[in-house]
Amino acid sequence: MQYGLTEEQEMIAATVRSFVEREIYPHEVLVERTGEVPQEIAEEIKRKTIELGFYACNFPESVGGAGLGHLEFALVERELGRGSMALTHFFGRPQNILMACEGDQVERYLMPAVRGERMDALAMTEPGAGSDVRSMTCSARRDGGDWVVNGTKHFISGADHADFFIVFVATGEEQTVKGPKKRITAFLVDRGTPGFSVRDGYNSVSHRGYKNMILDFDDCRLPDSQVLGTVDGGFEVMNTWLYATRITVAAMSVGRARRVFNYALDYAATREQFGQKISKFQGVSFQIADMITEIDAADLLTLAAADRLDQGLPANREIASAKLFASEMLARVTDGAIQIHGGMGLMDDYPLERFWRDARVERIWDGTSEIQRHIISRDLLRTLGA
Amino acid sequence: MKVLVPVKRVIDYNVKVRVKADGSGVDLANVKMSMNPFDEIAVEEAIRLKEAGKVEEIVAVSIGVKQAQETLRTALAMGADRAILVVAAEDVHQDIEPLAVAKILAKVVEEEQPGLVIAGKQAIDNDMNATGQMLAALLGWSQGTFASKLAIEGDHALVTREVDGGLQTVKVKMPTIVTVDLRLNEPRYASLPNIMKAKKKPLEEKTAADYGVDVTPRLEIVTTSEPPQRAAGVKVGSVDELVAKLKEAGAV
Ligand SMILES: Cc1cc2nc3c(=O)[nH]c(=O)nc-3n(C[C@H](O)[C@H](O)[C@H](O)COP(=O)(O)OP(=O)(O)OC[C@H]3O[C@@H](n4cnc5c(N)ncnc54)[C@H](O)[C@@H]3O)c2cc1C
Ligand SMILES: Cc1cc2nc3c(=O)[nH]c(=O)nc-3n(C[C@H](O)[C@H](O)[C@H](O)COP(=O)(O)OP(=O)(O)OC[C@H]3O[C@@H](n4cnc5c(N)ncnc54)[C@H](O)[C@@H]3O)c2cc1C
Repeated sequence: MQYGLTEEQEMIAATVRSFVEREIYPHEVLVERTGEVPQEIAEEIKRKTIELGFYACNFPESVGGAGLGHLEFALVERELGRGSMALTHFFGRPQNILMACEGDQVERYLMPAVRGERMDALAMTEPGAGSDVRSMTCSARRDGGDWVVNGTKHFISGADHADFFIVFVATGEEQTVKGPKKRITAFLVDRGTPGFSVRDGYNSVSHRGYKNMILDFDDCRLPDSQVLGTVDGGFEVMNTWLYATRITVAAMSVGRARRVFNYALDYAATREQFGQKISKFQGVSFQIADMITEIDAADLLTLAAADRLDQGLPANREIASAKLFASEMLARVTDGAIQIHGGMGLMDDYPLERFWRDARVERIWDGTSEIQRHIISRDLLRTLGA
Repeated sequence: MKVLVPVKRVIDYNVKVRVKADGSGVDLANVKMSMNPFDEIAVEEAIRLKEAGKVEEIVAVSIGVKQAQETLRTALAMGADRAILVVAAEDVHQDIEPLAVAKILAKVVEEEQPGLVIAGKQAIDNDMNATGQMLAALLGWSQGTFASKLAIEGDHALVTREVDGGLQTVKVKMPTIVTVDLRLNEPRYASLPNIMKAKKKPLEEKTAADYGVDVTPRLEIVTTSEPPQRAAGVKVGSVDELVAKLKEAGAV
């Protein structure tokens, strides 16, 4: 990796950051209190993002995106990470996986998603299949020329605003030396398709207003034209496109940690107890030192992993390390920031309790910390036959 | 018509400034620097005039340290067409005084022949509020300061000024120098396509010596100090308590 960001990269980060400070921060308290993003605010954020040319900036120019590299996109995500996810959701970054669209899927899904006309959501997880995605029971069987889908997906983020869904479904089973293995296919499913319904999910303490929903399939009939990628090729599309999105979690964790850190720094520098600034106590000042060290380390891990992707180098392990370290760093930083604030840190007059709650999910979604450790260790040990 | 917009690199308005231990000024090492907010408004106004078809070309100029190049790139990313960097200092702590800046700008104006100069009314670091006025004097041009509204009409401009007690509109002859106030407009963000294009826009680099201007400071800073700390306030629950507290403090 070449060190230091170019002027463009600095400017991209600075622009997104000031956008978040000016267009997102002012609405955060409302979203926290109500658990909802008012339609007009969502529309306004989307409109401004489109005007700025940042909507779908992760997509290539050939389909109307901005053609940002992985490193630039990580910078965008990092700065967005400072703000409420319920709101930054409308600074749209459709799933990269839509690049797998073919034929008329391009005009029906990819292009409208890039233009901000239709929003997407991605559904893999089921009540019985989380980390072990392949154990999914939501399945499709052939009927005439069509597929008939039955089953349930849960924890589906952004499903309340989605116009269509990228859904991973079991389409059969094959025998392997390690036993039976499900074949998986990705489908594009429009909201309103008969036999498909979306209902309220659980209330998450993390990211209020960024809802997760439950999807039910009850004899939902889909033609072959709804298959994304190839039949039984679901894992290939997943592997081609989804690893890179994990950098998002790492980058957002870094951005949020920097915001939280500034609260801790300011408080430590102004709060007085025992006749002096609490920052004069090493118990406090050394926490500050550890926090910034970890934040900078996570930042560099994240950007280095993104840079590997830009250079076309294998990056799965590096991405997993960045996601693991950054999300766990954020947990420590938010906890430490509350500690430095004493009792006030827990009160919802301050945003710290929110950052602390929000931090919790980063170690769970997009692959739990344990799954990241699994990826990292297998990458190193597999080649040794261990 | 061509418009010239001087932009200054200053400490970011969000940064809590710290006075240097020796009192010689504000610590600028490793702090975030940005375009002077009033200059952003000036750039925005120039872009709006261009969008309205009144201006063909926007030239941004910055005078200071080499790093002011970043400030110029921001102006280019917002929509300026080209930029001129005049390197006049090596140390980030050296402020170029308004008279020296005005002299350099006067030379740039001679070369570029703009029909209009739009500048911020002041820089938020030293609050001098003098460059635009001095430039007008050096060039013998008209000036409209503290603009909260600007309209170009043929050979003259209507400048609405924020003055004590209300608004005043003056009619000035072109070419003219307009300095802008906070309420003139709300500057745009740089759009992503413009950020990507900014690098390709021309940025010419000059030095103060190229213009034969001596930038040696004429003012001596005696001391710089922090504003006095404000004592913490108290919350009161009732009017009676308020009155009691005020009496206690000897305020009533
Ligand atoms: C708010 C929220 C939003 C989400 N949004 C989406 C979405 O939009 N789309 C989507 O498809 N999914 C989404 N998810 C699902 C998310 O990706 C899963 O929660 C995650 O993959 C973990 O699955 P699980 O919750 O079922 O936990 P489980 O997989 O049941 O894990 C339980 C525990 O067992 C551990 N464990 C499991 N396997 C192993 C192993 N092999 N080795 C060691 N430890 C192991 C885990 O680390 C964890 O600690 C969302 C989840 C949340 C909470
Ligand atoms: C929900 C809740 C209920 C409460 N109920 C009561 C109650 O019923 N009655 C009551 O009287 N109080 C109550 N408290 C107050 C509680 O005891 C205080 O919050 C606690 O003593 C810490 O004080 P503080 O919050 O002012 O933090 P501070 O004392 O300001 O501490 C801020 C930070 O500085 C650190 N620090 C301070 N001094 C030092 C030092 N010398 N060396 C190293 N680090 C230091 C602290 O550890 C902390 O990290 C309650 C608090 C909460 C949150």
